[in-house]
Amino acid sequence: MTPSPESGQRPYLPFGIPLTPANDNGRQWLPLGASKVSAGFPSPATDHIDQCLDLTGYLVLHPEATFFLRVKGNSMTGAGIHHGDLLIVDRSLEPASGRVVVAALNGELTVKRMQRSGNGITLKAENPAYPDVTVAADQDLQIWGVVAHVVHTP
Amino acid sequence: MSRVIALVDGNNFYVSCERVFKPALERRPVVVLSNNDGCVVSRSNEAKALGIRMGVPFFEVRPLVNSHGLVWLSSNYALYGDMSARMMTLLGEFAPRQEIYSIDECFLDFSGIPGSATARARDIRQRICQYLGITTCTGIGSTKTLAKLANHVAKTRNECKGVFDWAELPAAEQAALMDKLPVDKVWGVGRKFAAQLKRMDIHTVLDLRGTGVARIRKNFSVVMERTVAELNGESCLQLEDCMAAKAHIQATRSFGRPVTELGELREAVMSYVIRAAERLRRQPSLRTQVTVFIHTGKYRPGTPCHSPATLVPLAVPSDDTRRLGAAAVHGLEQIYRRGYRYKKAGVMLMGLQPVIAAQTGLFTADQPSRATRLMATMDAINKTYGMNTATFAGAGIEQPWRMQSTRRSPRYTTSWHELAIVAA
Repeated sequence: MTPSPESGQRPYLPFGIPLTPANDNGRQWLPLGASKVSAGFPSPATDHIDQCLDLTGYLVLHPEATFFLRVKGNSMTGAGIHHGDLLIVDRSLEPASGRVVVAALNGELTVKRMQRSGNGITLKAENPAYPDVTVAADQDLQIWGVVAHVVHTP
Repeated sequence: MSRVIALVDGNNFYVSCERVFKPALERRPVVVLSNNDGCVVSRSNEAKALGIRMGVPFFEVRPLVNSHGLVWLSSNYALYGDMSARMMTLLGEFAPRQEIYSIDECFLDFSGIPGSATARARDIRQRICQYLGITTCTGIGSTKTLAKLANHVAKTRNECKGVFDWAELPAAEQAALMDKLPVDKVWGVGRKFAAQLKRMDIHTVLDLRGTGVARIRKNFSVVMERTVAELNGESCLQLEDCMAAKAHIQATRSFGRPVTELGELREAVMSYVIRAAERLRRQPSLRTQVTVFIHTGKYRPGTPCHSPATLVPLAVPSDDTRRLGAAAVHGLEQIYRRGYRYKKAGVMLMGLQPVIAAQTGLFTADQPSRATRLMATMDAINKTYGMNTATFAGAGIEQPWRMQSTRRSPRYTTSWHELAIVAA
């Protein structure tokens, strides 16, 4: 059973009980029943209750390959990534040109928009106050993972 | 049909986990130390190249910190455990059957899967490296023992690029390779048996494989006989889907400084019993004996040595921390001598007994005993709120004897407060 990428949700057992991998750090929602039992009339909604919305299942499609990182700095504000935000990084995604990635550069993890070109890779900042970094093909750069989501508290 | 067994493990696993979140550690000699910073338990290739042996006490290699830029870290089991769980889940997708053998290695049963086993192992290597940043090695053979040996070959020969399958070599070349491998590389042989085998003029893996059953039977137990059969491709060891209850559960630690007082030893022994008993209750079984030992250590010539151990039988098999603790402390009081500087203590819970009455459920008539409920409650509290939230006063509060893990990296994947920082 693997989560289906289309729906962004895990497979569910009957009664809305989600199937969660054993090592998932996310919370599991186990409804004790579709609804509380009312002593009088049964709720007319009982037959229509579908499932609980599980945010972890929505944000984390590949739990084994997904890591949370904390942002420090302001070079990516144009991409909606702010100081103090939480990055959800999915290492199973292919780092295609144009995606926002986490890269290991000079022994440090950094988040930038990646642009592939003939003579190497450019890590573009999304804030005019910060310079882009062009990395030559022979220079040591490792694409650590692809940013899947940003969790920002306004 | 012949079986195809793979043994996959993560290279330098603890160091590799550390490097994922701290890329500055790449290309530097790095070691991770055991609990309480005692011994080296994981080494980067650069550290191996400096001649640092596995298990060596850290103080012996400490000068390399200044002379060669050696980086040392305390062990971070929250991180390694989480990375291991991820790796095992991913590996489990590559085969219908998996036996998790340790925190960083598992057997996979490739039998009957169409396609090349080597190609599959390369896919594994690519997948784990991309998803987790950890490099794996895979050994493949028709038995677990051959798979384990193949893993050693994969690891030590650069041309293998991390994957080796006995089936890819013609028989003559297999024999030639086995003739180059010393016998102590065989799973379960170890240094002691290797010395014994050497006296029998059995030096290489090839020698051992060709030794007759009668000769092995005369000198060794059935375990060695099985090993020889497995080297010959005859499968004797099955994949175990779940770990069987361990025969011994041990908790041992070196102290942060020498301990001379019985009171402090009592605290230490009690705290080890608490840890061991917690683990015992996770694989439900009872124990009939407790062994306790204390060591003065052997690294200071000139100081008197005293390293006694004793075994205390329990009147009733138990998994109750209080009963196990009382037995251990009683044993300690028998063996303790005033005037020695003890460096280390440990307890072992032995004499496995299955729990006869199955765990009683929520709706069954008979309720578990008070002791069972007390232990289950403590375990639940400690699971939710962290280790040692509810504990026993007998283990001491300040624990001045305890060694500190002074250089543990953040729990990057299991604590919201310790996430890795990414520069923007």
